[in-house]
Amino acid sequence: MSINRREFIEGAGLVAGSIAVTGALEAAPPVTLEQPVTRVPMTALVNGQRRTIMVEPRTTLLDALREQLHLTGTKKGCDRGECGACTVHVNGRRILSCMSLAVMQEGKRITTIEGLERDGKLHPLQAAFVEYDGFQCGFCTSGQIMSGVALIEEARAGWPSAATADVTKPFAFVDLSAREIRERMSGNLCRCACYPNIVSAVIAAAKEV
Amino acid sequence: MRPFTVSRPADARSAIAAHGADGAVAFIAGGTDLLGLIKDRATLPEHLLDINALPAMATIDARSDGSVRIGALARMSDVAAHPLVRQRYPVVSESLLFAASGQLRNMASIGGNIMQRTRCAYFRDGDGLPCNKREPRSGCSALHGLNRSHAIFGWSEFCIATHPSDLAVALAALDASVHVRGLQGDREIPFSEFHRLPGDTPEKDNVLGWGDLIVAIEIPARVEGRASHYLKVRDRQSYEFALVSTAAAVETDAGSIRSVRLAMGGVAHKPWRLGAAEAALRGLSLDDEPHLRAAIAQSFIDARPLAHNAFKVELAQRCVLRALQTAGART
Repeated sequence: MSINRREFIEGAGLVAGSIAVTGALEAAPPVTLEQPVTRVPMTALVNGQRRTIMVEPRTTLLDALREQLHLTGTKKGCDRGECGACTVHVNGRRILSCMSLAVMQEGKRITTIEGLERDGKLHPLQAAFVEYDGFQCGFCTSGQIMSGVALIEEARAGWPSAATADVTKPFAFVDLSAREIRERMSGNLCRCACYPNIVSAVIAAAKEV
Repeated sequence: MRPFTVSRPADARSAIAAHGADGAVAFIAGGTDLLGLIKDRATLPEHLLDINALPAMATIDARSDGSVRIGALARMSDVAAHPLVRQRYPVVSESLLFAASGQLRNMASIGGNIMQRTRCAYFRDGDGLPCNKREPRSGCSALHGLNRSHAIFGWSEFCIATHPSDLAVALAALDASVHVRGLQGDREIPFSEFHRLPGDTPEKDNVLGWGDLIVAIEIPARVEGRASHYLKVRDRQSYEFALVSTAAAVETDAGSIRSVRLAMGGVAHKPWRLGAAEAALRGLSLDDEPHLRAAIAQSFIDARPLAHNAFKVELAQRCVLRALQTAGART
């Protein structure tokens, strides 16, 4: 029998949940159900596939990806736009899926960590994270990689950053130093503090992409 | 989040009509501030008007007269990277690049940026603690609470919060204008009149009313624009709001100041223009630090620090001096 980590965690949660319920039967608080909310259809191109889902207008893109499309590679860290774990690409740009409504993504092209590989091969930045040990616990990793992939494109397009010495001059790709990468990755937090290895991985991948 | 509905108006007229008809409606563009406010229950709209499909509001027009008109739906990252914005007003590009993160800058609109609400923790984290901005007439918890990050100018006993936008500081220094379309037609609001001081109605951050939609921001040609700089001082080097910040733009003649524009962030409920210092700095050499310091001090005579932020008075003046000298070195 093979079981993946997610199935294991869900199963363990059920067991723990039933113990808690048994122990707290008499003190169970009254359950108030929220008003039913009308769901609306949303269609987007997710990792190359046209997907239509019914979502509540308040559902974030992050929750729609995880709970309805079952793309659980994108993680929910802070849910407040502060940690970067939920980073995905919309129309080729990195954004925070926790601070974006699913209904506002109608017709957009969305790429998650599950959509980065090509023909069964890891994206060069994914491979570089393995090569350079860019993670320990792994919770921030998909957000880090999605951010790093976009960062390389932004630098190639000549976008300056807060680490750029002189914004009045054109930014050349060769100017993408470790300092530039640290600044451009500052929206992705890593509680395991793998930052040096993450920067090394982005430097290596930038040469290949 | 408390449930709400979302619609996507096809044109500005219908968006404005819908907004003007109902106080429980809010515009949403990038959503990076609004969704946080809804999650924190600092605002609870019943309906959102997704204005991203409104036509012709995301363009950046650099005109031959040296001015730039930025559509309200242009994203922070697009404005920051725009070649003519970088050349004509580096202070604008820098103020954007020093704000938020790469992901947020791709999402957040220019109009939404200047509509950001304060980061005062008592406003954001409303676990029953009073906040006049959140619940008018409930009191200000920061006044006698933790107020290290709060205002040193223009505050009232009702509110001591600061405005969080970096871009707004740069726009204040350059005397930009906000183009607004409302129920009564179009109007142009000078940047210095856009944001408000708290007074006894801190729940109002700016002069906009129901039915008012920001359509663009216009930055006029400024001789000082080219030699400009944004300096932001904060607890972390990146991805953090300002303790204090300075937008400086200067025109020099053989090393001495002909005209200068200075505005500060992190010190007041609105971008804080240093008019007295601007006047006193005229004619001084950019190398003459003792006199530069004395001139800058003219704008700090009326500083009123709180229990935990007296350090800002000195920090702010050093920030102005360094921003001014860095800007001057750009000529």
